[in-house]
Amino acid sequence: MRRAINSHPSLFLVIALLVLWQIMFWLVGRNALLPPVETALYLGRLLQTARFWGHIAETGTAFAIALSIAIVAGLAIGLALGMNRTAAEVFEPFLLAGNSIPKIALYPIVLLIFGIGMPAKIAFGAIHGVVPVAIFTLTACGNVPPILIRTASAMRLTRWDTIRSVLLPAALSDIFSGIRIGFSLTLIGTILGEMFGSQRGLGYLLMTAIGLQNIEVIMSVTLLLVLVAATVNTLLLVQDRRLRNPAG
Amino acid sequence: MRVLLYRLLAVVLPVAMLEILCRSHVIPPLTLPAPSLITLGLLGILEHGTFNAAIVKTLTNVGLAIALAVTVGTIAGAALHRARTLRALLEPLFSTYYAIPIYAFYPLFIVVFGLGDAPQVTIGFMLAVVSMIVSTLAGLDSVPPVLGKTAQVLQLGPVATIRSVTLPYAAPYLFTGVKLAIAYAFIGVIGAEFIMSNTGLGYEIRFAYDNLDNAVMYPLILLILLIAVVVNMSLDHWERVLRARRERA
Repeated sequence: MRRAINSHPSLFLVIALLVLWQIMFWLVGRNALLPPVETALYLGRLLQTARFWGHIAETGTAFAIALSIAIVAGLAIGLALGMNRTAAEVFEPFLLAGNSIPKIALYPIVLLIFGIGMPAKIAFGAIHGVVPVAIFTLTACGNVPPILIRTASAMRLTRWDTIRSVLLPAALSDIFSGIRIGFSLTLIGTILGEMFGSQRGLGYLLMTAIGLQNIEVIMSVTLLLVLVAATVNTLLLVQDRRLRNPAG
Repeated sequence: MRVLLYRLLAVVLPVAMLEILCRSHVIPPLTLPAPSLITLGLLGILEHGTFNAAIVKTLTNVGLAIALAVTVGTIAGAALHRARTLRALLEPLFSTYYAIPIYAFYPLFIVVFGLGDAPQVTIGFMLAVVSMIVSTLAGLDSVPPVLGKTAQVLQLGPVATIRSVTLPYAAPYLFTGVKLAIAYAFIGVIGAEFIMSNTGLGYEIRFAYDNLDNAVMYPLILLILLIAVVVNMSLDHWERVLRARRERA
């Protein structure tokens, strides 16, 4: 048993969580929870309706755009600060503080600027994702051995060539970790953005289901989000480890 | 010193810029009142004590979430450090945990606990506790095994071992854990209040937004940002002082 768990921890974890879920259901009852099997079946039925796919497409589009913005802006900020020691020293505390702010408090401002609809969701998702990407890129630049940078300047590489052929490859594994975390946070931000001031998307679906106390919808949408987030994160994590440890 | 000056400029210049844009109505006052007016509004609110109950409520819930997360997280981390199989089982959970949108569980907590303080504290606790567990594990991992054996040879009791072997190694990690737990507890509690509740700063901001009450909304947002930034920066500062002292010793 012990060896089995050690060799396939994820499999046993999923089983343990499912058992826990079923026990929770027996404890709190049908008013608050749906058992795992029924939730999966309900989700399956939802996935056969065109309307549900419309919500998924809406969330997916907003998320994809938000993530692209977060990655591009985060890389740009991180590289700009990473190539200039003084700038890095001046702005790093701001980035770190940006990480600890409850960004949801800023949502009314986002809504006032962008109005209700797609741009507000995208902006809110991107706000969440950009900070970790920038922080990790900045740290990654700091971890690049100075000799590489000096070699680049000895070879008179242009700034752009230095970024492309020295900085990015050397910092790739750290930057990838930042993107992995940015992915999760952008998803959370997009969903949160949809919960208020939105007429479509999975977040909106969750919010209306809360209002109607519709346990089936709450549980299935939550299950779908958790499945997607956990799967993508696991895949990214595997890739992340491969980047860090090419031999293994 | 020059860095501090630049940092000050990096705050003052954008704020001054906003002030000018707002005063000249390039940014309409309905979108953003001038920063000076927001600050005055916040001072007024604090002076009159209009939202003192909400402020106390939020801070109490955040405090509860932090206390629970740090206590449970440290104990669970220490226990997991010994239970190797359980740790192997939970390791994938820890590495995916922060990818999961915890807020998606908030509706369930409301259904289970009702609309009291419990759902908000639970969200704050759930966000915070895992970073505490992971930091505790990392801290305990950093203790060289040979020192544990030395403590055994010297026949130190458990309290003495923790005090003179474990803590000196694990303390920086524990500190990082507490710092993260505090940030997460704030994010969790205020987010939950914002989504659905009937008290607290998050709720008041939501309420003011729904009523287009900018005179209340912006000062409260400023208050939350100030609290979060001040807490985070003082912890950072404290951490740096501790690290410097440790390196000197």
